[in-house]
Amino acid sequence: MLKSSAPKRQAKVGLPLAAKWRRDWQMVLLMIPGVVFLLVFFYLPVLGNVVAFQDFQPYLGIMHSEWNGLQNFVNLYDNPDFWDALRNTLLLAAVQLLLFFPVPIGLALIVDSLVSNKLRRWFQTIAYLPHFLSWVLVVTLFQQSLGGAGFINNLLRHAGLDPIPFMTNPDTFPLLVVAQLVWKDAGWAMIIFLAALTTIDVSLYEAAAADGAGRWRRMWHITLPSLRTVIVLLLILRIGDILSVGFEQFILQRDSVGPGAAEVLDTFTYYAGVVGGDWSSGAAAGLAKGVVGALLLWGANSLAHRLGEPGIFQRRGA
Amino acid sequence: MRPIWKERPSPGYQAIKALVLGGFALVIVIPILVVISTSLASDRDIIDAGGYVLWPSHPTFKAYQTLFGGGLMGRAILVSVFVTLVGTAIALAVTIALAYATSRPVLFGRPVLLMVLFTLLFAPGIIPMFLVVKQLGLLDSLWSLILPGALGAFNFVVLRTFFMNVPGELLESARIDGASDFTILRRIVLPLSKAVVAVVGLFYAVGFWNAFFNALLYLNDTSKWPVQVILRTYVLQGKSLSADQLGVHPPSQPQSLQMAVVVVALVPIAMVYPFLQRHFTKGVITGAVKG
Repeated sequence: MLKSSAPKRQAKVGLPLAAKWRRDWQMVLLMIPGVVFLLVFFYLPVLGNVVAFQDFQPYLGIMHSEWNGLQNFVNLYDNPDFWDALRNTLLLAAVQLLLFFPVPIGLALIVDSLVSNKLRRWFQTIAYLPHFLSWVLVVTLFQQSLGGAGFINNLLRHAGLDPIPFMTNPDTFPLLVVAQLVWKDAGWAMIIFLAALTTIDVSLYEAAAADGAGRWRRMWHITLPSLRTVIVLLLILRIGDILSVGFEQFILQRDSVGPGAAEVLDTFTYYAGVVGGDWSSGAAAGLAKGVVGALLLWGANSLAHRLGEPGIFQRRGA
Repeated sequence: MRPIWKERPSPGYQAIKALVLGGFALVIVIPILVVISTSLASDRDIIDAGGYVLWPSHPTFKAYQTLFGGGLMGRAILVSVFVTLVGTAIALAVTIALAYATSRPVLFGRPVLLMVLFTLLFAPGIIPMFLVVKQLGLLDSLWSLILPGALGAFNFVVLRTFFMNVPGELLESARIDGASDFTILRRIVLPLSKAVVAVVGLFYAVGFWNAFFNALLYLNDTSKWPVQVILRTYVLQGKSLSADQLGVHPPSQPQSLQMAVVVVALVPIAMVYPFLQRHFTKGVITGAVKG
């Protein structure tokens, strides 16, 4: 008994709207909480970015604050702190990209070469764990290990050596940041490369070995090309996220290292806007960051398409 | 088993591999062990070791008794547990409903999907978020830690990809038999996707437990602080806990107490970690990422 109240859901049938509604109203109902969430906690704040074009006063609100055009961006342009934050953001992003990105690939190649499954599982269990720890916890663990009163410096003092200010030296801060990132996420980032490595056809290796290719040539001509798609994908995601560098990590360490080295665009936004009360400058910096970040992501993705890689936002039917 | 074509690695290679992997693992494990040991150490152990203890020779749970004895930390644990449980429940409900509804070719499915995917591209920014939360009257309310995290785009994509792979014929036949979409979701789709729902739930739970910046941004009232903010204030920034904040007299050696705070933040994660690992190694997450 095929009732007309349950027409099949096929993408291409041109039902009238009322019929579709009768068929799908429950599904639409299911969408409502999520859509309300998106409207209130995403699209409303996106619109709220208009305060970047206002002389925003909290007691007047968005409706009554005065518009001042691009004045806030002009002020940012003249603000040396903003340029410091921008420079630090770009520097830290570049250092992270160069020093962090290759680590999980290297780790995955080593783990993949292990013959013993038991050893492999052990290492994975340990290496994935830090990803699930909060940044507060990670920075605390680093401080307890490397800080002025931490156990490494305690050992140095016992040995009669001068303590090394790992945690407070602004010059080496980018390296510290990368070390923390490697500690927390290198193991986890490895997972996706390992998954990609298992999809490589073993007969390729076998044939190459039979033809006399050694381990390095097999890696260069088989393993790395097979990882290309995944590497490009992750690189794009990384680039889209590059201006966010790791916000909590910086806000937690800004006091101990000083804003000269640890101020990034996000912390600038927070300290200028929420802490300092200069809402409009903060919002302007935040908006600039968001727009540039979106452009970078889009640019990286189109570049990937040009290079013949699928990228993240795939074209339909491709 | 080593395949026949694979040459046996030279001792040099093996040594380098062991060094890299072993070193990486030790660097992860040692700080965690030292923290746990120190939290269990007595004052005498700490003085003997000059601060940090590798192995407590006189283990004691005094630090934990102090922490759980009430006061700021006891409340913080309650706050964190509440936010994590309620947050995860709400987030799962919202995400499952939206992911299922957009996983089928239905009315409004496409535009709503695009609405979600756009959030991956652009972040609204700290200041507008703060203004919205303030406008809603959520400042200094625990809901400010829960509601803004009720839908994660990544978790949405994971669930939706999984739901899309549930065979359409199965759902159509249930519809023809007169099952409503709610029934299909509850009786067919959810039972089929228990594992992935569990993983997504754990991801949400870990996220809520670890959230720090939202609390810093939205909560001024110290009695509503979650564990992560306490950890930052009293361990990272080294402010001391006063007697009335603790509810009891503070110990003479603060290290064990501080490390106990670290352990409290760590333990729930360590408890769910085995489940997380079992499921994500089955390829639930990586499969979704690839799709």
